[in-house]
Amino acid sequence: MAHCYINGIGCVSAQDTSDYKTFLENQFELTENVVHVHKPNYRDYIKPAMSRRMANGVKNGVVAATLALREAGIENPEAIITGTGMGCTIDSGKFLKNIVENDEQFLTPTSFIQSTHNTVGGQIALGLKCKAYNVTYVHNATSFETSLIDALLMIKDNETNILVGGIDEIGDYSLSLHQLVGYVKEQDTLANGLLNSNSSGVVYGEGAQFFALENQKKTTTYAELVDVEIYDSIAKNDVEAKLIQFLKTNNLDVSDLDLVVLGNNGDIDFDPIYNDLQNSLLKDTQQIYYKQLSGEYLTVSSFGLWIASQICKTQDVPEFLKLNSKKVTTIKNILLYNQYKGESHSFTLLCSC
Amino acid sequence: MSKGVAVTGMGIISSIGNNLEENYQSLVSEKQGISKIKKIKTIHKNVIKVGEIDYTNNELVTLLGLSDSNNYSRTAMLGELAAKEAVKNANITDINKYRTGLISATSVGGMDMTEKFYYSQFKETKNRKYIASHDAGDTSKKIAESLGITGFVSTISTACSSSANAIMLGARLIKAGKIDRVIVGGSDCLSKFTINGFKTLMILSETDCKPFDENRTGLNLGEAAAFLVLESDEVVKNENKKVLAYVSGYANANDAYHQTASSENGEGATLAMQKALKIAKIKPTEIDYINAHGTATPNNDHSESSALINVFGANVPDFSSTKAYTGHTLAAAAAIEAVYSILAIQNEIIFPNLNFETPITDTLLVPKTEVTKKEIQHVLSNSFGFGGNCSTLIFSKA
Amino acid sequence: MENLKQELKAKIIENLNLEDFKVEDIDDNDSLFGDGLGLDSIDALELIVMLDKDYGIKISDPKKGKDIFESIQTMAQFIMDNKTK
Repeated sequence: MAHCYINGIGCVSAQDTSDYKTFLENQFELTENVVHVHKPNYRDYIKPAMSRRMANGVKNGVVAATLALREAGIENPEAIITGTGMGCTIDSGKFLKNIVENDEQFLTPTSFIQSTHNTVGGQIALGLKCKAYNVTYVHNATSFETSLIDALLMIKDNETNILVGGIDEIGDYSLSLHQLVGYVKEQDTLANGLLNSNSSGVVYGEGAQFFALENQKKTTTYAELVDVEIYDSIAKNDVEAKLIQFLKTNNLDVSDLDLVVLGNNGDIDFDPIYNDLQNSLLKDTQQIYYKQLSGEYLTVSSFGLWIASQICKTQDVPEFLKLNSKKVTTIKNILLYNQYKGESHSFTLLCSC
Repeated sequence: MSKGVAVTGMGIISSIGNNLEENYQSLVSEKQGISKIKKIKTIHKNVIKVGEIDYTNNELVTLLGLSDSNNYSRTAMLGELAAKEAVKNANITDINKYRTGLISATSVGGMDMTEKFYYSQFKETKNRKYIASHDAGDTSKKIAESLGITGFVSTISTACSSSANAIMLGARLIKAGKIDRVIVGGSDCLSKFTINGFKTLMILSETDCKPFDENRTGLNLGEAAAFLVLESDEVVKNENKKVLAYVSGYANANDAYHQTASSENGEGATLAMQKALKIAKIKPTEIDYINAHGTATPNNDHSESSALINVFGANVPDFSSTKAYTGHTLAAAAAIEAVYSILAIQNEIIFPNLNFETPITDTLLVPKTEVTKKEIQHVLSNSFGFGGNCSTLIFSKA
Repeated sequence: MENLKQELKAKIIENLNLEDFKVEDIDDNDSLFGDGLGLDSIDALELIVMLDKDYGIKISDPKKGKDIFESIQTMAQFIMDNKTK
């Protein structure tokens, strides 16, 4: 049976994640309610002829993809699978604004072309001249996980390497609408840290994380991606049962878990879903969270996967991620659980190898 | 050996019919659905023609029994209508008797509402409910919820090849045993955003589009939704289902040539067709009918023609583009054309490529221009989108 | 005509986001598409809109762009011959 290994990762986030050591040395809990990425030097990765049309979000995706492939030593992947929750909001906002403000006159094509959801996947393929399978999932907070599920299907079907990523960008217009309806946390509630904000809404973030998955282990291998499951909705109080079931299908029990990576984002309306698990089923499991470093965006679980992969490789859980004081000596089985506004649930299982 | 993944139900709404039967009747009576735009206020209304569905949004709300507080975009409403027809057509009474999922596709999502209320959102609250339904995923969520599907639900957005990829993923999930049953397809409504977008690319025709014609000037945009129900062999057997056709082949390749234009020699399209034939384990000579992408843009039809010749050589099978009937329905295109492909198999009819007069000088391919009776075992359907996305599906007789 | 040519160079750099270029870098007779400045069909569409918006010249057939936009020189000449603004 084919196994799927994470052999390369590229991460562009609110932190300096150019490499893990730099991240550990410089990481900080976010204090602003709207956070943009720590920008890489785009010129190092993208030719001016291509980058001139790209919004920063697209550039972030291309950079992260390049880094992942480089690390794994892959020149041309056999598939490029991208997840994005909101798509290219910068360009779609721009084109829409132009339509409305100029009454449909003198419109130019670039921002329309760049606004299609599959722009990042398309640009990566164009840059690599990669003619392989290319697809983009745009489904709320399971966009990235659907990409992983697709990749796992391919690995099991004898493909050897796949590039998978999650990307979302902050567009001014989308941000203003989301602020209108209370998706974004009020700034003054963050004075005492994300989990003490006692308020609804999230730290509005953006980022791009890409993973080079292969059916062979390499010296660069971080972890094995074992399984991914998504649920569009789960009845209240049924999350625990679904978690147990997911582990069971992988011949595991909660007691086999060495680490659980949770998606707590400080939203008082929906963090209780995590808290319930933390205080009952997972109370004896080492728990960490990460959105205090990344903010929230619909594909942020890919940042969670970056963190989990690093932990798997280094076998060390940084203090600043911990939600409880449980400790284990060896980290073998890692579960990631994420949801957004009580929907779009995902379970991801990693194991060290 | 399995013939592929079984299709047990279909549903569709387009500018040529509000359900399966109406669509079929229009196809065989050569009744196209292209006209001047009626429901959207746009400065281009006199210089474009579209495939617009008759129902107003209010009528759709009534048809679906939605409450006043609903925040459905037109995309979601069209999608739900088609998905419900498909589920009914498949005689499904208990959706959760088996592991059932939904994979939809859209490019517009809720943009039709976002653009409508662009300024008013900041002045009044009554339309802010549509902010939550802007993203592509929300349309699928609504459709899934209305059908009672809570497990595997996803949305694909790869421009004009979107619903082909949805059908493909559904088939692969069933083959891998990950799911027993999946509703797959797509939906897109007309919007100012897409009308203006395509206008800036200068590929909209001012008249009825002419796929594969030397004098074609561009496409007509359209709106539509269509879904197929795919079920595993086990479900088909247990429930004694009638199989309408099989999804026997599928492939996705990337042209990697340009962001919006297809390569002259149609490389991505060629790769997609070749791979789909390989998956279906059939030879090019076994294809009886091709439902082409055939948008009637100068670029696509030339590129696709080159690709057809690459794959089929001197023996390009009978082919037609049905976009002269419905317009180019973007993310829904592959889904409605999947329905038409299966209708072709079931009724042993090739639907004509309307408005064709003169073959393209470089390639000289001539599509079928009349309703033609023919026994059809295998249909190949193409859908190509921006970002170089090329997808091909093959449907085979049950 | 000289002013127009300089103006066109500045507009091309701005509208097409050619970050690495300055007006002095573009020669009047440099090939704008293909091997010269490396512009492509999307840029051609952008320039068609610019001709309409800034000079009142409407081009309905995108294929005509190839000749008009061959170089700054040909663009400027075309505008001088056809402008309505």
